Amino acid sequence: MNFEEYAGKPVLAEHGIAIPDGRLARTPDEAAAAQIELGPVVVKAQVPTGKRGKAGGIKIADTPEDARAAAEAILGMDIGGNIVKRLLVEGRQAIAREFYAAVLNDPVSKGPMVLFSALGGMDVEEAAEQDADAVRRQPVDIRVGLEVAEARAMLAGLDIAGLNDDIADILVRLYGAYRAVDAELLEINPLALLDSGELLALDCKFVMDDSGIKRQQALAEAGTPDKLTGLEAEGEAKGLKYIELEGDVGVLANGAGLTMTTMDVVRHHGGVPANFLEIGGEAYTKGTDALRLVLENPKIKSLVINFCGAFARTDVMTDGILTGWEELKPDLPVFWSVHGTGDVEAVAMLKDRLGVEPLPTMDEACKAAVNAAKEASQ
Amino acid sequence: MIVRGTDRVLIQGITGKQGTFWTERMQEYGTQIVGGVNPKKAGTVHCGVPVYGSAKDAMANGEGFDVSVLFIPPLGVRDAAMDAIDAGAKGLVILTEHIPVQDVMYFLAAARERGCAVTGPNTAGGVTPGECFAGFMPAFNEKIFKKGNIGVMSRSGSLGTLICLNIVQAGYGISAFVGIGGDPIIGTTTRDAVMALDSFPGTDAVVMVGEIGGAMEEDAAEFVSTMSKPVAAFIAGGAAPAGKKMGHAGAIVMGDKGTYASKKTALEAAGAVVMPTPSQVGDILKERLG
Repeated sequence: MNFEEYAGKPVLAEHGIAIPDGRLARTPDEAAAAQIELGPVVVKAQVPTGKRGKAGGIKIADTPEDARAAAEAILGMDIGGNIVKRLLVEGRQAIAREFYAAVLNDPVSKGPMVLFSALGGMDVEEAAEQDADAVRRQPVDIRVGLEVAEARAMLAGLDIAGLNDDIADILVRLYGAYRAVDAELLEINPLALLDSGELLALDCKFVMDDSGIKRQQALAEAGTPDKLTGLEAEGEAKGLKYIELEGDVGVLANGAGLTMTTMDVVRHHGGVPANFLEIGGEAYTKGTDALRLVLENPKIKSLVINFCGAFARTDVMTDGILTGWEELKPDLPVFWSVHGTGDVEAVAMLKDRLGVEPLPTMDEACKAAVNAAKEASQ
Repeated sequence: MIVRGTDRVLIQGITGKQGTFWTERMQEYGTQIVGGVNPKKAGTVHCGVPVYGSAKDAMANGEGFDVSVLFIPPLGVRDAAMDAIDAGAKGLVILTEHIPVQDVMYFLAAARERGCAVTGPNTAGGVTPGECFAGFMPAFNEKIFKKGNIGVMSRSGSLGTLICLNIVQAGYGISAFVGIGGDPIIGTTTRDAVMALDSFPGTDAVVMVGEIGGAMEEDAAEFVSTMSKPVAAFIAGGAAPAGKKMGHAGAIVMGDKGTYASKKTALEAAGAVVMPTPSQVGDILKERLG
C-alpha cells in the first residue's frame, strides 16, 4: 500500500527525523491560508507516484495569491493517472546539499537493505550508474537491527560535509521506523542539508507491505488504496482477486500461476483476455461470486474456466460456478478444463447439471473460447 | 528441500480443519508423520499421532523429526517457524500466504544460520511420487503424479500441477515436484530448486515453471547454463499488464524489471527451451530425451 508524502512524513517525525512544517490543503483558499502561516512555501501535489515535479505538480509561492494560483493549477491535474485532490504546503528551505536514504526489503539478501547516497534528489539507480561507489548498501540482520557502527561504516569515505554521525543517527532512526510500520520501502529523497546546518527530510516515499496491513490497521487508514475499477473493487469486497483487462474472453481459474497462464494461452491463440480472476487458495469456495463478477463485465463474449486443483478442490469450485450458472442462466459460450483434486466429481457434475464435458486440455478450452468470442464479434 | 519417505515429518497446526484433512492425505500416501503441534491440545492424539505443545517439545520428548509442515495463520508463522528452527528442524515447508515480509525475513535469517532449508512461504508444497508428499498437493492422483524421470519446480501450485499432468499425459512421469511459492522473498529460490532437482536420483530432465516478477529465473539461468540435463521452462504472465500484482505478491512487473522477455532471454541464452504454452512440454521432452 502506497502512502502519499503527507501521510508518510509523520512516520519519520515519530521516529525523530526532522521534517518541514507543513499543512494539508484541499482548496486554493486552504493553500493561501497555509502560506500566510508559513511564509515562503512549496505547494506539492499529493499523489501515490513519483515524478511530480516533472509533471508540474510542485510550485513555489511567496504570497497568498501565488499559493492560491499554484493550488488552482495543481488541483485536478492528472499525474500518472492520479487526479490531484490534496496538496502539501510546506515552508521553503534554503538547501545546501541533498542526500538519499532508504530501507527496503531485498529479495536477494532476503533481509532489509539500507541504502545511502551523497547524490540526493536524483534517481538512485541513475546515481549508481554514474558512480558505483555513490550508492552505499548495508544488508541488515533483521534479528539484530541496524547498529550505529554499521551505519557509520557504510558512510565511511563519503563526502558528506563531516555529518557522518548525524546521518548515521538518521539511518538508525529510519531503520527503526521501517521496522515499526511494516514498510517494504521507506525512502527519504532528498534528505536535505540546509544552509543552517540542519538535516531535514524534504520528501518521503513509504510503501507498506500489503501482508503487514492486518497488524497496522490504524496507520493503514492513512494509506492510499489501490486505484480500482468498479468491478475490481467489487472483487476485493468479496475477497476475490479480479483485474479488469481490455479484451473479450472472460478468464476464471484457480491459483495465480494458472490464471496468468490461462491469459497467456488465450493470447497465444489470438484472443484478448477480459480479466484476471482467480479463486484459488482460501477463495476456492467462492465460485458463485466469481461467476457473477466475471459476467458483470459487459465486454465479455466467451468464457474459459480452467481448474487444476491442488489445495483448491475442483468439485467445490465447479459446484459454486454451476450454482451461479443455474441462477443467472447466462447466454454465453463457456469452455471448461478441469483436472486435479476432485476432478472426477467435478466432471460428473458438469455433465449432469450443465450437460457439457470439459475439453481435454486448457489449450483446447482457451482456443475454443477465443474462436467463440471472434464468432460473436462478427 | 525435497522431502523423502524416510524423513520424519511434524505438522504444526495439525488439529485445524486443513491441517487434519491434509495430514490424513499425507499419511495415506506414505509421508511419515510422527506428530503434531498445538499448544492447547498437547498430550492428546490426533490423526493417530501425538500432539505436542511445541516443536521443541516434539523434538525432546517424541521420536524427533526432520521436517515440519506448517498449517498456521499468517501472524503466527514467525513464532511457529522459530520454534521449529530452534528445535533443530532440517527443513520447513511453509504453506501460509500473506505472512508479513519482515516476519519471513526474520525466520529465514535464523534458518540460514542453523542450516534449516525452508520451502515457501506461500507454497503448495512438494511431492516425491511413490514416496511421500508435504503440503496440499494432489499427490495421490495418478494422472498427475505418476512416478518417472522428470523433475519439476514451480512458483505456483496450481500451474505446477497442470504441468505435471501434461508431462504424465505425454507418457513421462515425475521424479520430484518442488513448489517454491509465490511470495517475493522465499527460502528456496528457483535456482535452489533447479539445483536440487538436477542432482536428484532418477531425474533425466528438469522442467522449470516460473512467472513474471523478481529476478529468480534470471539467477537460475546462470546455473542452467552449466547443466548437462535438458531444461524446459514455462514462464507465466507474458500477457499480464505491468505494475499489477497478478494474484501472487511476487508476480509483478515494475518498470523494466521482472518482465517475461528478460526471463525468456536469459533462459534461452542458458540453453533452456522456453515453451509458449504448457501443453508443449511433452513434445519438448520427447525431442530432448528421445
